[in-house]
Amino acid sequence: MGLLTLSSPHTHNQNSTQHMMQMVILATLPGFVVSTWLFGFGTLINITLAIVVALGCEAAILVVRKRPVGFFLNDYSIVLTAVLLGLALPPLAPWWITVIATFFAVVFGKHLYGGLGNNPFNPAMLGYALVLVSFPVEMTTNWASSIIATDVTASFSDTLSIIFAGASSDAWTGATALDSYKHLITNATAAEIAQQPEFSGFLNAGWAWVNLAYLVGGLWLVWRRIISWHIPLSMLVALSLCSLIIGWDADMYTPLSLHLLSGATMLGAFFIATDPVSASTTTRGKLIYGAGIGVFVYVIRTWGAYPDAVAFAVLLMNLAVPFIDAYTQPRTYGHNKAKRGLYQKQPK
Amino acid sequence: MSSKSLTDISLDGLWKNNPALVQLLGLCPLLAVTGSVVNALGLGLATMIVLIGSNISVSLIRNHVSDAVRLPAFVMIIASFVTVTELVMQAFTYELYQILGIFIPLIVTNCAILGRADAFASKNAILPSAVDGFMMAMGFGLVLVLLGAIREVLGQGVIFSDMHLLFGDAAKGWKIDLFSEYPDFLFAILPPGAFVVMGLIIAMKNIIDQRIKQRQQRQQQPISSGSKRVRVTGKIS
Repeated sequence: MGLLTLSSPHTHNQNSTQHMMQMVILATLPGFVVSTWLFGFGTLINITLAIVVALGCEAAILVVRKRPVGFFLNDYSIVLTAVLLGLALPPLAPWWITVIATFFAVVFGKHLYGGLGNNPFNPAMLGYALVLVSFPVEMTTNWASSIIATDVTASFSDTLSIIFAGASSDAWTGATALDSYKHLITNATAAEIAQQPEFSGFLNAGWAWVNLAYLVGGLWLVWRRIISWHIPLSMLVALSLCSLIIGWDADMYTPLSLHLLSGATMLGAFFIATDPVSASTTTRGKLIYGAGIGVFVYVIRTWGAYPDAVAFAVLLMNLAVPFIDAYTQPRTYGHNKAKRGLYQKQPK
Repeated sequence: MSSKSLTDISLDGLWKNNPALVQLLGLCPLLAVTGSVVNALGLGLATMIVLIGSNISVSLIRNHVSDAVRLPAFVMIIASFVTVTELVMQAFTYELYQILGIFIPLIVTNCAILGRADAFASKNAILPSAVDGFMMAMGFGLVLVLLGAIREVLGQGVIFSDMHLLFGDAAKGWKIDLFSEYPDFLFAILPPGAFVVMGLIIAMKNIIDQRIKQRQQRQQQPISSGSKRVRVTGKIS
């Protein structure tokens, strides 16, 4: 008998962890290209630095934990974490911000919890939140202004010297659209703000283009079934509803278009909130989880002190995931009622 | 209970049963005021005065207070010592007193103190109780200072700043700048940093304990009787 007896299932999904991670990294490409075109080379340098540091930290801690180094480095999950961090950080942030954020994401966010699959929080967002809380000045003043507002972005060598040698970045930086709208609206009308350089041109001078590019990449992921539509859709719907109900007056609150198409909204909705490890896993749970993120993003952006809210919103909902999952278990075949929450644990 | 030697009591307080690392008591002040060495040392000393005083007093009255009312009595004793400590700090280290603020009166609620009073001092003679109080407070204080030092270095890049608040003007020059142009690492100064550093210290202690245990096991392995010979001649199949 030369035949092997294999147990079911006999049809296989072709998705391995490695393949999925590669697809997600590939899907960030449109957003990355557009933001490099509009905001300069900062993002490229950040991502490269983050990947190098992340691979180094991952290899070192795998050795310490006595795990196979090659196997885990090969699954690309840490590369994805580094890419997301590099995309989320301000393009002209000094190098040590990227290094600290990446180190914290890999060591504290991922491996202290037991490595891939065991981390309750999204590692990239944990690293981002750490540097945002620790270095508020560096994290808010190093956003590059777009090519639409200033006609030219910093050259590659200029960007390198800003990031690594600490050269002054004042000539190239500007407040993000979200941040400046929030501050300007306290003593100006929406029509007046539209005249400002950072809002000139079609669609808020670049921020919208980056978000639209992430949207394209995200939709491709949904089409390829790497991620399901539940989390992004419920997050965007919840954010829109909040904005329409509470912030319908553009002269008082940030308008809906800016909420959806600036900051990290699309990157968060399609790439960060959908992290398969830290997100909810049941279908109904995904809807609740996504909606929670949407509401938190609106609340923190509107009444919080920080310019953007995606990192905090995702971390807060990560915290609620075990609870959501316990209460949204679907009915299993053969049972009349779903066993949810506390009933899950009981034998009868 | 009373058969415990003073060495064992000391070892318990400092390492095996450390109030901060093993019992995880008094976490609230531990995490709140350990932003710098001087704050940590100030609170550690205040806790030490209260803990020694309350242990001795509780031990003194242990045969005269009935079990039913022992806890209110202990709390009264502890509260009196805390008030004394607070007034002393107000008199001699006023600035530090203001920095530590509510956490000095809150020593009353530190479970480590009531815990030692009930678990140890109410069952033991004066000398062991005093030693226990001292060693428990030492264990607690050492962790406080270690935490304070780590957070001060990580957060501000300096160590031993503002020591004159506790040791007078002579200590003004003790501050050491470890890095030039260090950007403040706010995370280490804020409470979440305290939680993370505390977790790392506890992990470190557990690793050391594990190592000690492994070494003991290795030493205790019985030597098998008889001799073992290795065959070196003839045909080895």
